[in-house]
Amino acid sequence: MTRKTPLYRWIAARFTGHLLAFTARFITAVRAEWRGIEPVDKQRVYFANHVSNADMPMIWTVLPHHMRAKTRPVAAADYWLKNKLRAFVGPEVFNCVLVDRRPEARTDDPMAAIRDALDEGSSLIIFPEGNRNMTDDPLLPFRAGLYNMGQSHPHVDLVPTWVANLTTIMPKGEVIPLPLICTVTFGAPLHVGENEDKDVFLKRAADALVALAPERDL
Amino acid sequence: METTTNILYLFGGVVAVLSALTVVGEALRGRVGPGRTNPVVQTFLTRLMSWWIMVILFTITALLGPVALMLLFAFASFAALREFLTFTDKRQADHLSLALAFFVILPLQYVFVGYDLTGLFTVFIPVYAFLLLPIVSALRGDHNRFLSRVAETQWALMICVYCISHVPALLNTKPEGDSGQTVLLIVFFVMVVQIGDLMEYFAGRRFGKRRIAPSLSPKTLEGMATGIACAAVTGALLSWITPFGIGAAAAMAALASVTGMFGNLVFAAIKRDKGVKDWSHLIPGQGGFLDQLDSAIFAAPVFYHVTLLMSG
Repeated sequence: MTRKTPLYRWIAARFTGHLLAFTARFITAVRAEWRGIEPVDKQRVYFANHVSNADMPMIWTVLPHHMRAKTRPVAAADYWLKNKLRAFVGPEVFNCVLVDRRPEARTDDPMAAIRDALDEGSSLIIFPEGNRNMTDDPLLPFRAGLYNMGQSHPHVDLVPTWVANLTTIMPKGEVIPLPLICTVTFGAPLHVGENEDKDVFLKRAADALVALAPERDL
Repeated sequence: METTTNILYLFGGVVAVLSALTVVGEALRGRVGPGRTNPVVQTFLTRLMSWWIMVILFTITALLGPVALMLLFAFASFAALREFLTFTDKRQADHLSLALAFFVILPLQYVFVGYDLTGLFTVFIPVYAFLLLPIVSALRGDHNRFLSRVAETQWALMICVYCISHVPALLNTKPEGDSGQTVLLIVFFVMVVQIGDLMEYFAGRRFGKRRIAPSLSPKTLEGMATGIACAAVTGALLSWITPFGIGAAAAMAALASVTGMFGNLVFAAIKRDKGVKDWSHLIPGQGGFLDQLDSAIFAAPVFYHVTLLMSG
């Protein structure tokens, strides 16, 4: 984000951010379980399951402030640039790395923006399934992006992150969210092994993620 | 004015007790020796810390008066219902009925209590919510585990909304409209139940032997007897803030305490069944709101009805 943001927009963005985090905490009492990592400032890629549009704000909410400021969610450009409100919330409040997922509209390599963000030292939140999971399976097959990040930035911790209960809080097709308790569980970090095959690694990553899910989510 | 003074006296008394307990706890921790920890003492101290915060919050609410108390218990119901329904059996077909439970039934119940509509507040959840919510779920046409789903939702509402709302309902037990004395009655109820629990916990672990339900809970006969006795003594000492005489206040306190302890046991069985240790992590050292409120939940309706009988 080299674009210069006016001060009032910056203040509005921080304020909206705190408001969203407060709302998330008030409604779902969302909390973090640091099972495999400590809540310390370290460059990481949090890869999470994706069942609802509320996944990313939940993870973002439970990150302590000093981590949140350096963590950027990777999100779809077509979704977050659709109107002015979203263009404010996505890029400015959440400081998203926007990626165009439509191959036909794409002008440059979608991985370039992600690599730049990793090069500048940001942590990322990604959803390696690509789309929201509407099936009964706990996870859809992972896209290759996670593997590519692990290869190009081997020093970055890849942290499996399970967001529990959101399917019940806001199932597809419902309008009112239920204020049930949501838990975000962070597992032990993974790294791509030397000469590790892409499919082998993606399977290992998916298994590590599902292992964090509480029984009632499966 | 007199109520305010009395609440402040009680606050001073509780602060003295908590300070004494904190000193005892720290002394016990000191006796364990440096570098080692005793989990019983550690839990006791974490709980005391939460106690300090809860006592201060509750005192402020009681000083603000009936409306603040109503809102406090409505929020407690919301937090408890959120914890309970997180673990109950449900499917997407229940989404609307669960949303109704949170956003319509819970607020309405407190409106009925607030406006002293006794006829409505005593039957609203046990009869009308009981009939309405299964209809809403059935309209979505999913029969899988239907009975267990609707039964668990109803249980959640009875426990977290209906029973808890009996605590602020105590405000309505004085027909002359002397709201000051009924605020003190709530303070009395909360104090005796919680002191009974606290003493039961500590005595049970110090010299408790005979467990009353070994597979469910570490509760012992000796611990319970100590807790109930302490609650009764506290009740007698506090009889001056209640409409009861000394003996009746002690009996009411003992009754609330024993009902509460059995409520705690029932919750231990539910938690075992659902495979949870604590309902949530919102209150440090205590778990969730339900872990804190389980005894008050069971004791509240009984205490409310006996109070009505005695003042009627």
